Amino acid sequence: MRPHVGSPPHFQPSGTIGAPGRRNERRLVRGRAAGDTVDRACTTEHQKMPNTVYFFGTCLIDLLFPRTGLAAMRLLERAGLRVLFPQGQTCCGQPAYNAGYRDEARRVARAQLDAFPESLPVVVPSASCAGMLKVHYPLLLAGTADAARADAFAGRVVELTDFLVRVLDLRLTDLGPPIRVAVHNSCSSRRELGVADATMDLLRRLERVELVEPERAHECCGFGGTFAIKQPEISAAMAADKTSAIAATGAAVLVSQDCGCLMNLGGTFARRGGGPAVKHVAEFIWERTSHDD
Amino acid sequence: MTTEFRLAIGAALGRERVRTNIRKAMDGLVSKRAAAFPDADERERLRDQGEAIRGESVARLPELLEELERSCTRNGIQVHWAETGEDANRLVLDILRHAEATALLKGKSMVSEEMGLNEYLKHAGIEAVETDLGELIIQLAGEAPSHIIAPAIHKDRAEIAALFREHYPDQPPAERIEELTALARRVMRKRFRGMTAGLSGVNFAVAETGTLCLVENEGNGRLCTTLPDLHIAVMGIEKVVARLDQIPPLLTLLTRSATGQPITTYVNFISGPRRPGEQDGPRAVHLILLDNGRSRIRLDPELSATLRCIRCAACMNHCPVYTRLGGHAYGTVYPGPIGSILEPQLHGLAERGEMAEASSLCGACAEVCPVRIPIPRLLNRLRFEAVNAQADSPALGHGSRRLAGQAGLWRLWAWTCAHPRIYRTLTRLMTALRPLQPTRIKPWTDTREAPRIAGQDLHRLARAAGFTDRL
Ligand code: SF4
Repeated sequence: MRPHVGSPPHFQPSGTIGAPGRRNERRLVRGRAAGDTVDRACTTEHQKMPNTVYFFGTCLIDLLFPRTGLAAMRLLERAGLRVLFPQGQTCCGQPAYNAGYRDEARRVARAQLDAFPESLPVVVPSASCAGMLKVHYPLLLAGTADAARADAFAGRVVELTDFLVRVLDLRLTDLGPPIRVAVHNSCSSRRELGVADATMDLLRRLERVELVEPERAHECCGFGGTFAIKQPEISAAMAADKTSAIAATGAAVLVSQDCGCLMNLGGTFARRGGGPAVKHVAEFIWERTSHDD
Repeated sequence: MTTEFRLAIGAALGRERVRTNIRKAMDGLVSKRAAAFPDADERERLRDQGEAIRGESVARLPELLEELERSCTRNGIQVHWAETGEDANRLVLDILRHAEATALLKGKSMVSEEMGLNEYLKHAGIEAVETDLGELIIQLAGEAPSHIIAPAIHKDRAEIAALFREHYPDQPPAERIEELTALARRVMRKRFRGMTAGLSGVNFAVAETGTLCLVENEGNGRLCTTLPDLHIAVMGIEKVVARLDQIPPLLTLLTRSATGQPITTYVNFISGPRRPGEQDGPRAVHLILLDNGRSRIRLDPELSATLRCIRCAACMNHCPVYTRLGGHAYGTVYPGPIGSILEPQLHGLAERGEMAEASSLCGACAEVCPVRIPIPRLLNRLRFEAVNAQADSPALGHGSRRLAGQAGLWRLWAWTCAHPRIYRTLTRLMTALRPLQPTRIKPWTDTREAPRIAGQDLHRLARAAGFTDRL
């Protein structure tokens, strides 16, 4: 187990700038990007590990996939961190935000700011929700009384896999049998946060896991939140193509860092029959590396 | 809600052949673009430059347009201003009538599609002759363009061969691509002869020098702009750039993003009519500057980014929605991501607001846009404006898509999520009533199984597992 290095907790979430290999075409959040470059330049070298973190579970995991949330928190705890789960947290507000209801999203956003008051990292097991908290809260609350609070909060938010790899540099001992795993990186992980590599990186630390990427890996699975409801035909067509590509890899398990994608793809697989088991990366890793599950 | 757009989408998804053709073509364009930018750093630098140059164009639009007018006039190009498509059509017709032209040779121009020029001229008894191969094909088929740079991309070789057989029965049959293009060339060359008027679009217009820049691969654009005595150029006002030295970076961004070419076969710089002593070139050149809502779009500091667009089509080539639908399903002049931000602004959210919803916000478009238009962010903004009932919004048709029932539901949802106690009571209730969860939740379960509500929510599981609430 890694020792903790002192307090005060001092860490730098990756934000939107990548290390050279991740430079990519990722410039959706340019304003923040510029700021982050400066910060990172002075902190990447001697990044200190925090000893306490907040966990933001997301509403989807809360109600539909709580085992995923629990697995993620246990991974953090096993790495020696104290994990706080504020009972005041609800939803990041993204559904309303993407449906155009900004006042409503703002109301929900403020409630989350209230729920995470201390200056601690906020670890989020979803790139999509992390993107909302990190990239869109500052935009949504700009010019309001909560602008500064939103900026500070955004600076503390870090996507789970990114945190596990970059901040914790988590070591894993694979206890499972050899297995072929397909990875689906969510669009938010790729293009909004630029943390898609972290999931692959983590899975590579499992010795007996063979990783495969389906064809057209970069393409959206068709979930898109309210998109799946408002444009169900296109969404279904995208999910059908994506599931076919995944099935063609012959993987036994499909892993992603976002439960939204997994709900879409898992639901589609369940309907068409066959296909791999579907798991959030945190749950998959927890199961492969713990004796008690 | 099953709207006309949704019906068109359903129909498009059912047309297997078109879907296959488009997907294949888009895959090709995507890999060509990727190969054209082997160096990511150079690509990103160029995109920075593209954004800055086009950003300057939009920011300084009024003064640049006036400078363009002065420079063009100095060069002997007659400049006309059109506020609407209708105005632009009338200008074209007046110019043609004055020159006693009965037909018009046309190079490819999306602005002329926006104007509905061909239809307009037809009513006035003037034949518009499309000379771009793709435009010719869809004109023969009686269709609209399905893509902004490759208008007939939805058709495969066999369909084109059949069209040519039908329309040019006296020509030797053609099947292979070379035969088809040769046939088109033979037919078109004949049409060029004796034509007195040509029309083209404009890729960029340089304010400082009064130069009109036009890229193309077939040479038909050059013929349209040099062979007839009269050349009319139509452009959206946003296509102006300040200086000539800004053209090279824009050109390379445009051609590499569009087709993966380092440069197109033809790059035309038009700087005025034939001068005394010159052997060829038109005797009169007119430039029509079309506004059609662009000045209004420019007023909003965020949405004005739309006007940076150089119409390279990379956003649609990479769009998972466009690649499955093709352009026709949108029913608009501009399809795909650029269409989804431009059309609702040109025509108002009441009429076209639904386009902004036809996106999963995956961000593939913004990732490739050579001038870094933040398309997903603008889509989000347009969704907001569509339901924004406040009076001071600059967006055309703002608030028009607000439904009282829907707004009420979102208010209720926000109230729940902003009150953790109520939220927790509700999730607890839902987990308790889990056995009653319906298995059919439309439209989700039309093609998928619905996820099952958990026996216990994470709030309770976390607490039970000893994860504390606060420090
Ligand atoms: S929005 Fe960007 S990618 Fe799309 S056509 Fe315009 S310039 Fe090209």
